[in-house]
Amino acid sequence: MTFFKAENISIDFGGIRAVNEVSFDVEKGTVFTIVGPNGAGKTTIFNIISRIYNLSEGRITFEDKDITHVPAHQVVNLGIARTFQNIELFEHATVLHNLLIGRHIHCRSTFFSDLFFLPSLKRMELEHRRKVEDVIDFLDLQHYRNQLIQNLPYGVRKIVELGRALCTEPKLLLLDEPASGLNVDETEDMSFWIDDIKKLLGISVIMVEHNMKLVSQVSDHVLAINYGRVLADGKPREVQENPDVIKAYLGEDKDV
Amino acid sequence: MRIIFKTSYLQDIKLLKHNGYIFWYGILLFALLIAPAVLGEFYIGEMAFIFIYAIAGLGLMIPVGFTGLPSLGHAAFMAIGAYANAYFLHKGIPFFISIFLAGLISFSVGALITIPLRKMTGIYFAIASLAFAIIVEEIIAHWKSVTGGLGGMSVDYPVIFGFELDSTWHFYFLCLAILLAVLYCALNLVRSPSGRAFIAIRDSEISAESMGINLSIYKIKSFAISGFFTGLAGALFAHRLSYLTPDAFNFLLSIQLLMMVVVGGLGTVHGAIFGAIFVGLLPQVIAIAKDYLPPAIGQFPGLEPGLFGIIMVLFIIFEPMGLYGRWVKFKLYFDMFPLYRKATFKRQKTYLKTERVQ
Repeated sequence: MTFFKAENISIDFGGIRAVNEVSFDVEKGTVFTIVGPNGAGKTTIFNIISRIYNLSEGRITFEDKDITHVPAHQVVNLGIARTFQNIELFEHATVLHNLLIGRHIHCRSTFFSDLFFLPSLKRMELEHRRKVEDVIDFLDLQHYRNQLIQNLPYGVRKIVELGRALCTEPKLLLLDEPASGLNVDETEDMSFWIDDIKKLLGISVIMVEHNMKLVSQVSDHVLAINYGRVLADGKPREVQENPDVIKAYLGEDKDV
Repeated sequence: MRIIFKTSYLQDIKLLKHNGYIFWYGILLFALLIAPAVLGEFYIGEMAFIFIYAIAGLGLMIPVGFTGLPSLGHAAFMAIGAYANAYFLHKGIPFFISIFLAGLISFSVGALITIPLRKMTGIYFAIASLAFAIIVEEIIAHWKSVTGGLGGMSVDYPVIFGFELDSTWHFYFLCLAILLAVLYCALNLVRSPSGRAFIAIRDSEISAESMGINLSIYKIKSFAISGFFTGLAGALFAHRLSYLTPDAFNFLLSIQLLMMVVVGGLGTVHGAIFGAIFVGLLPQVIAIAKDYLPPAIGQFPGLEPGLFGIIMVLFIIFEPMGLYGRWVKFKLYFDMFPLYRKATFKRQKTYLKTERVQ
């Protein structure tokens, strides 16, 4: 059984093929990183997996289930949670509130019980709060619990977004540039957390990241793409030394 | 300054968070209960009117303030509630069933109309809802067998268990009771998973969807429950008017309702109530002020809508959080006294997505 498998996925925007026959497998309990220059199609792959875009060709399977045509709001029900490159938090709500929205798929309440806040709902709400507090403890967010997102610095928002994804209790976490905009210390923290997420929580991770230090610290497997095509696929070191990858990032050596 | 020591998660869920709430809201409720014994009939009538506005305001606050769906068509729900209630009362249906049915019809219409509107946002949604309101107004004007068309229809007094509610203070308590029930439901909704989903949709549709929120279903829920509350307000409004004509529910009423929630403070339950008080009292204040103003200004046609417009613009520029924002600052001033700093809220002048033109 493969955990996560993308087979020949392609997507066209008008005449432009943004992702071209990309295939990869992710094994359970590993960190899989996608690298590539800007515009290579990394985030597009994420948007395909979270079903914001429809595939033109190819197939995606998760735990042997075809998820190519699952509606976008049901992807998280399968156990795939994601974060966004440009932070998509609920700005006029508190950190706690944002994390509770992460529990949405576990909220089994009817509209009627919501309107009258029946005792069964109260019990469930307390249970969700307990789960959210676990995530708050895990990510050291206690200090920010009741602050509005719009008042928080960028680095903290990034962590809140990670926390919100963790609150859904995923099996697979998609992290879109988790370290972008973070300073050296925060990036270091992020690499520890990603490691903890893998080892302590047993969640597999697919990550898009530019910071090569972070990539080599936490990844088990790296996929390099450019112009929507696969350049290299392997261990972090192998990919970093691949001549095609070096060419894509640094350009070609020409004898003058 | 009150510092609350939290020992249980329940404290964050409770509606009455500490004894101060119980004390002050208790006093307020007591004052409202004894008001008919103290105040004259005119004032009681006006207060009942404010309660009706507050019910409609709570109804409108859910889509506009929480879900981020700016509706310019809520007069239609008022109209549907009013006409349905009047029609059922004519047919001899008891009042409580009649008003509930009126709300239910409005609920269903709200759900149905959101199906085609669910993919629209911002100004496009506003215009589509405006079109809906105009269609409803036209239907009422032409469906003579039920609504009496342009000639209008009269509204019977509500009868509860053989007891005719024909005096102002009866009506006052009826409106107060329904307002309290609607308020309780609205507060519950806001702290429940559905309310959280609404706020999530308002702030970021894409991440709401990636958190497993079915956008269509929750938008429909939000508009339907809003239709229910506004329909109830409409049913009460029918009794207040006692004679219904289609032009009582034209789009100026929609604008007035929208202004109520914007001036009150979008995204807060308090805001709907503050807005209702404001919109209910302003015409009276203007009427009183007219006597003291020179005739050239006092008798100027369109003074009232003009002032409404100016006030709305001023609020949007200087206090996007509306009267509720003022209220929060006022409370904090006394909480922190004498250490209140003006700069506390300096960075917080932001707009909800509903208010931005998308």
